[in-house]
Amino acid sequence: MMEEVNEVTSSLSVHGHNIKVTEVLKDGDTLTFLVVSQKLSGTGEYHVDRTYDDFEWLQQHLFSQEDVPGIQGVIFPSLPAKAQVNASAKAMKQLGFLGLGEWLPYCKALESFLRQIVAHSILGKNKAVEILLTSSDPPGRQRVKKNIFNRLSQAVEERRKEGHKDVDEFFQSERVRNLVLTGCAKTAAERFLDVVQSEQKIAVACGHFSASLHLCVEPGEDPDKQAFSKVCVKLSEVFDSMKKNMTSVAENNMNTLGLGLDMESRCQEAEKEMLFRRTCKLVELETARRNAEKAKPLKKAAMEEEKKAAETEFDHICGVAKQEVARFKAARVEMLQQALVQWCEKQLLTAKETADQFNQHLQAFRGMA
Amino acid sequence: MAASSDRIPPPFPDTEEPGAGPGDMADGDSDEGEDIFVNNRNPVAVSRGVSQPGNVNAEPPDVFRGGEEASSTTNKSNGVHSDDDNDLFAEAHVKSGSSARKELSTSSGPPPSSSSTQSPAAMQPTSLEQLVGEEDMDAFDVDVAVTNPEKVGDGMNAYVAYKVSTRTSLAMFRSKAFSVRRRYSDFLGLYEKLSVKQSLHGCIIPPPPEKSVVGMTKVKVGMDDPSSVEFVERRRAALERYLQRVVSHPSLLQDPDVRDFLEREELPRAVSTQALSGAGFLKMINKASDAVNKMTIKMNESDTWFEDKFQEVENEEQQLRKLQAVVDSLVNHRKELCGSTAVFAKSMAMLGNSEDNTALSRALSQLAEVEDKMEQLHQEQAASDFFIFAELLADYIRLLGAMRGCFDQRVRAWQRWQEAQSTLQKKREAEAKLLWANKPDKLQQAKDDITEWEARVTQYERDFDRIGMTVRKEVLRFEKEKAKDFRSQIVKYLDAMLQSQQRLMKFWEAFLPEAKAIA
Repeated sequence: MMEEVNEVTSSLSVHGHNIKVTEVLKDGDTLTFLVVSQKLSGTGEYHVDRTYDDFEWLQQHLFSQEDVPGIQGVIFPSLPAKAQVNASAKAMKQLGFLGLGEWLPYCKALESFLRQIVAHSILGKNKAVEILLTSSDPPGRQRVKKNIFNRLSQAVEERRKEGHKDVDEFFQSERVRNLVLTGCAKTAAERFLDVVQSEQKIAVACGHFSASLHLCVEPGEDPDKQAFSKVCVKLSEVFDSMKKNMTSVAENNMNTLGLGLDMESRCQEAEKEMLFRRTCKLVELETARRNAEKAKPLKKAAMEEEKKAAETEFDHICGVAKQEVARFKAARVEMLQQALVQWCEKQLLTAKETADQFNQHLQAFRGMA
Repeated sequence: MAASSDRIPPPFPDTEEPGAGPGDMADGDSDEGEDIFVNNRNPVAVSRGVSQPGNVNAEPPDVFRGGEEASSTTNKSNGVHSDDDNDLFAEAHVKSGSSARKELSTSSGPPPSSSSTQSPAAMQPTSLEQLVGEEDMDAFDVDVAVTNPEKVGDGMNAYVAYKVSTRTSLAMFRSKAFSVRRRYSDFLGLYEKLSVKQSLHGCIIPPPPEKSVVGMTKVKVGMDDPSSVEFVERRRAALERYLQRVVSHPSLLQDPDVRDFLEREELPRAVSTQALSGAGFLKMINKASDAVNKMTIKMNESDTWFEDKFQEVENEEQQLRKLQAVVDSLVNHRKELCGSTAVFAKSMAMLGNSEDNTALSRALSQLAEVEDKMEQLHQEQAASDFFIFAELLADYIRLLGAMRGCFDQRVRAWQRWQEAQSTLQKKREAEAKLLWANKPDKLQQAKDDITEWEARVTQYERDFDRIGMTVRKEVLRFEKEKAKDFRSQIVKYLDAMLQSQQRLMKFWEAFLPEAKAIA
């Protein structure tokens, strides 16, 4: 697969599995992310500031590796949509979970993006990765030419090829499965977002109730009035606990399963893009074959050349794609498993803590004279 | 003078003679021993429900400790298991009321679909019957439960009949346990009858739940849809609380109309209940208030206690309204959460079905089931929020309105007295004129008039004093009961929340191995 390639390889000087995006800073309208990676040799870390443009720069570099054979068969790690301070409602909706929680889930998504790239056998070798992770100058100032990978450049007519029947059973069924899963994952992520938002509203309402109860507390010596005031104060504490509980529940949801579903949804989209590129190549190939067949003797040789080139490229793509699909399947299962386990563990812990608190409150009330 | 004897209804033939001074409220000065049931089986039981500022000791051990309250016997403040007495004031029925409510909350809340409307309420009679079998029945006065709502008739003339069950040790009732069927207008009718009784002026008469044309129309059409079910359950619970408050009030309990309501097979249909339509009750109170304010003779308050208290009552009503608004919003958000959880559960089920990795598919399907169970939990929590807090606040807002009504009654009594004095003065002047004009034939009439009005002045003055005392006592009783009522409801709520959390923990514990098993 790598026969004719110009080596654009470089060995990375940092570990990939523990790259962190630790902070996000707001600077006017821009968000700046702090990327921390561990040096391979010895101890030491790289701390670099990056904006969204820098990440996009990296992505474009990866897309434009036209001389890597079969590059179009790669399932590219998904870069989330641009995060903005004071984003429009539409933009926030598009971001979904990533727009919540003071950008912490967003940082996690960027982390995941970087880790996946570094771990990828083809992508991790691109020089741009090292630059992004270690260079003290932000690389994003240089604009890279957009290429065919950019979704926006795919014309509408191209999209009709999506339904083109496949020659390979493996890919045909994968395309079908992917289509279903993409839809399901996206829906599940959106529905879960609704759940989290309802939970947040409940937390706010509990907070209001807690605050309002303080207004019912009256000063004075009257024992009956004092009894009632005491009840109000204690009840206010109860609702404060409830608010904290709901907030935790919502956060747990957001940071584990929410993020996981969002990830899954974007990954399935990435696979979809790859399968589509391959399908387009298939269409090209079939066109080239037809042309070669129908060609007049004068053009015949040229058409045959084209046909051969198309066949080679298509084979490369299929080879890479098959491996990618296998890798992808394993990776997503692992990712979802981790998300589910973390989700369950965190919620269980929160439920236990809350039960303890409620128990304490209950005892306090029962003990009231 | 003659008036005071009207107030205490003639003792029921089977009862022994009432003991203490009839001129006082039944929950009269505690030091004089109790009210008219002093000779009844268990004298201790009698003063339950009575506001006795100086004499808390009289409150009885409460047999009706529902399961959840059993452990609370440690919190006696005065050597008697009184404080956590949910029977007082709000919850005459610990076991049947609250444990049924517990059953309500641990089972599937108000049934979301077409299952029998009776199922939440149906649990209550069972527990009531269990209690009937209990040995010691003599530690309480009266317990009432409202259960089994049933639609009677068809179309727009249909109505809902409820079973009103009473369990009592008091001799004034014909038997120890009995039940009758009543419809909503009967409850309203009872309230109307009690409200107009002179003898009960100054008492805080608990108001029944308000009419709802919208709610009832839906029910007439059919009792199966969720909103009708919720409406009926809400009304049933409110009617039960209403009756419990009535019977826990010592004066009201003695009233023959209350007895009839509980005992008689058939009641004459109450027709004059128009006054309580719509936002009725509070509107009525406010109208009456305005009328009082418009009267020409303003009361000069010699005792600032009443003024201060009235102000407090108004403030409190405002505060409770604010709380009510917040609780309403909380309930709505919980319902929203139910909806979004259900929808999410479905989407996870679909994802699980489309998944070809077996272990992951199974885990996702399990997740969908967990979410379904959580939706259930959220439903119950919403019901808890609503039936415990929202309704509690609504009840107290109405009770405070009733209290304002009592204050107004006192002012009107004062005004009546003043007007009588002024009329008496006029009669005396008339007599003087007649004497001077020397018209002996009309003189006798004038003298008779004067005698009559002198008597009235005395009576009205006494009425005014009596109402004043009654209002004071009622206010003190109310404040005491309020703290207890709120506390007992909160305990119920916390208990339900705690159980929810424990069930939630079980769901997560069951799911964890499934999640870990994904290879």
